[in-house]
Amino acid sequence: MNLKTTGLALAALAMMSFGAHAEPLRVGVEGAYPPFSWKEADGTLKGFDIDFAHEVCKRLDRECVLVEQEWDGMIPALLAKKFDTIIASMSITEERQKKVDFTVPYYNTPAGIVARENPGFEATAEGLAGKRLGVQRATTHQCAAEKLFPDAELVLYASQEEVWQDLAAGRLDAQLSDSLQGLEGFLNVDMGKGFAFLGDTFNDEECHGSGAGFAVRKGEEDLRDALSDTIKAIREDGTYKQINDKYFEIDVYGS
Amino acid sequence: MEENGDRTFWEYLTYVSENHSPLDFVLIWDHIDRFLWGTVLTLEITFLALLLGGMLSIPLAIARAYKHPWLNSPIWCFTYFFRGTPLLVQTYLIYYGLAQFDAVRESFLWDPILSSAWWCALIAFTLNTAAYTTEFLRGSIETTPQGEIEAARACGMSPGIAMRRIILPNAFRRALPAYSNEVIFMLHSSVVLSTITLQDILGAGRWLNGRYYLAYEGFITAMVFYMILVFLISRGFKWWEKHWLAHLRQREAEPESGSGKVAV
Repeated sequence: MNLKTTGLALAALAMMSFGAHAEPLRVGVEGAYPPFSWKEADGTLKGFDIDFAHEVCKRLDRECVLVEQEWDGMIPALLAKKFDTIIASMSITEERQKKVDFTVPYYNTPAGIVARENPGFEATAEGLAGKRLGVQRATTHQCAAEKLFPDAELVLYASQEEVWQDLAAGRLDAQLSDSLQGLEGFLNVDMGKGFAFLGDTFNDEECHGSGAGFAVRKGEEDLRDALSDTIKAIREDGTYKQINDKYFEIDVYGS
Repeated sequence: MEENGDRTFWEYLTYVSENHSPLDFVLIWDHIDRFLWGTVLTLEITFLALLLGGMLSIPLAIARAYKHPWLNSPIWCFTYFFRGTPLLVQTYLIYYGLAQFDAVRESFLWDPILSSAWWCALIAFTLNTAAYTTEFLRGSIETTPQGEIEAARACGMSPGIAMRRIILPNAFRRALPAYSNEVIFMLHSSVVLSTITLQDILGAGRWLNGRYYLAYEGFITAMVFYMILVFLISRGFKWWEKHWLAHLRQREAEPESGSGKVAV
């Protein structure tokens, strides 16, 4: 028994040192944000972010270890070295850049408010005053909701899926989230019948930042630059379009 | 001059707090009001649930203790279910589960009650604490010394009056130490509130962590708040036990002569 474990440990050690490539890349993902990432019934992770993660690992010649993490603990978990990078539709914002570094953006979509069709109020600070507005906790939308709709009653959720559930159940008057996620994850599925975007999609520079990037710990410039280069390469050689078209009708890369 | 110096000192403190302190205490202080409101909500739901659940448990415990022919087994099922499953699951079942059914959403109960996280939490917490309290109150009633009951009879008390004057008051007294555990346990369990969108103490901590992408500040502040509350509650019960269970305590000193006390 003891000998066997020692043997196994030695074998593992040998594989690590003689293996063709570096140690695996541990990627923090969320798994509750379709179509960017979601979990199948059998537990496998799927989605735009997941495909992107696999493509990046392949190009860096490192094995991908996807680590699931609840959204509001994402940055703390990265800092605690539970994984090496976050590929989870995380927007690049000033506030977050105080804690972590980001790669170049890999997609950029505006935010949108979803409510019942013809709800009888408008997507303005006055229109949403006193209304129950759902957002996912620790997102750029929490920041935007507090800034742009200060008089709305903010209701915070751990995952975007819970926001949709409560919006569909009628516990919320409206919700604020990524417009594309809203379209694909809610409006285009059964649950979202009778709901629509309220007003135009928008982007608040201060809160929403400049698109979504991969986050790495500060001081790990090598990893950050390698990831940035990979994103650019994926965009340039057309692989981006392949991944994009699996999930979206529009190009999500933005300008 | 004075004011200027003051501000610089505060700025310096903010700087240290943001950059060098393990915890950003200035940021916590800036949002302490959220924790205070969270405390109000935590205490509100915890104590309302304890009050309602406690009242509910008295008839249930009596029915269980005297093995009421029809009620005993349904009540046993109720307490078994609520003591045998986690409070988190019970709360989810009421909050997210019931909302799945159109019939529930269209019923008269939806709009004022079941659509609100506050009410869902209160219902779940009340039923949960009622189940626990029923069982230990039942035990307490069952272990009433036979002599007390006989004495009550001998004084000509009807069973109802004996229950009200003798059995229940003494059962409460004996259940008090166990009940203090239940109260603290309920307070700890109330963190479930933050999982169904309510801004209790932990909810405030999670808000702070989420808003500023922090790992510890919100949780540690919440922890301190819970510790203070538990300290106050256990102190309160100590006092209450001393007061109510005085007759069971070993006498510490000889009574002064002429104090009028009679040894029993």
